[in-house]
Amino acid sequence: MNRRHHDMGGLAAGPVERAEHAHAPWEKKVDALLRLLLAKRVMTLDELRRGIEEIGPDAYDRLGYFERWITSIGNILLEKGIVTVAELGEAMASVRRAAAAAGRR
Amino acid sequence: MSHPHDDPHPHQPDIEDAPLGYHETLTEALLALLRDKGVFSADELRRTLEEIDSRSPADGARLVARSWIDPAFRERLLHDVNAAARELGIDAGGIPIRAVADTEQVHNVIVCTLCSCYPRLLLGAAPDWYKSRAYRSRVVREPRAVLREFGLELPDEVQVVVHDATAELRYLVLPCRPAGTEGWDEPALAALVTRDCMIGTAMPIVPG
Repeated sequence: MNRRHHDMGGLAAGPVERAEHAHAPWEKKVDALLRLLLAKRVMTLDELRRGIEEIGPDAYDRLGYFERWITSIGNILLEKGIVTVAELGEAMASVRRAAAAAGRR
Repeated sequence: MSHPHDDPHPHQPDIEDAPLGYHETLTEALLALLRDKGVFSADELRRTLEEIDSRSPADGARLVARSWIDPAFRERLLHDVNAAARELGIDAGGIPIRAVADTEQVHNVIVCTLCSCYPRLLLGAAPDWYKSRAYRSRVVREPRAVLREFGLELPDEVQVVVHDATAELRYLVLPCRPAGTEGWDEPALAALVTRDCMIGTAMPIVPG
């Protein structure tokens, strides 16, 4: 059977790692961002999933849960033309400058 | 995550001291851009964050406890969880949730093999393991072995039914009311119903 990477039901895997982590503030913001975009009908849950499923097997396994989400959200918003690559690049530079000014690297 | 050696989430670091990661930067940048474009306001973002923090398994536990003491409510809950939740003033959202009731002969477990669909509005954020490769892969094939890892040993004569959630339909496990709780009131019963009891990886335990 040809399965895509996210379609893992029934496959072999190791023991369930039961340790849990409290969500970092930025992870909650990803969650809030998605809820707002769904509520405003800017994107759909199916689009989020498609975006996650298109990340590729390596990145899918390497990225954390909310890292996958924000990667998908960013790609979907670019794809829809709601933000442009240039705008996003500038906004990310601005976030880095503000963090550096606040003493974060 | 499924790869503990590569876990990007250390347990509660001092957030302000941590270097600004790529994905956090991307998140803050998208939030700022979308605010500037008027897609949502800073106030809407703040309220949404509060709403996320306000949800916990206590809501689901109230539904379960009420179903134990009120057979008519239990029937309504089994018929339509979202409507039954509204009766208790709980907004379970617009995506249908189906209650799956344990019996002496049947134990229910929920999973989302394709992603991480979960009744968040009744249980709060899903635990990391629910979203892990190991749980998603294995619980549909060897549920008893997985439940054993959670410390839940089920007799062979109990049938295990695994429900695979989707974006259109989520599940909530209604565990059996434990013996020794006769006459208990709803809050006392609700206190026995943990998050994992409503996922199916634990059963309510009467202390003492």
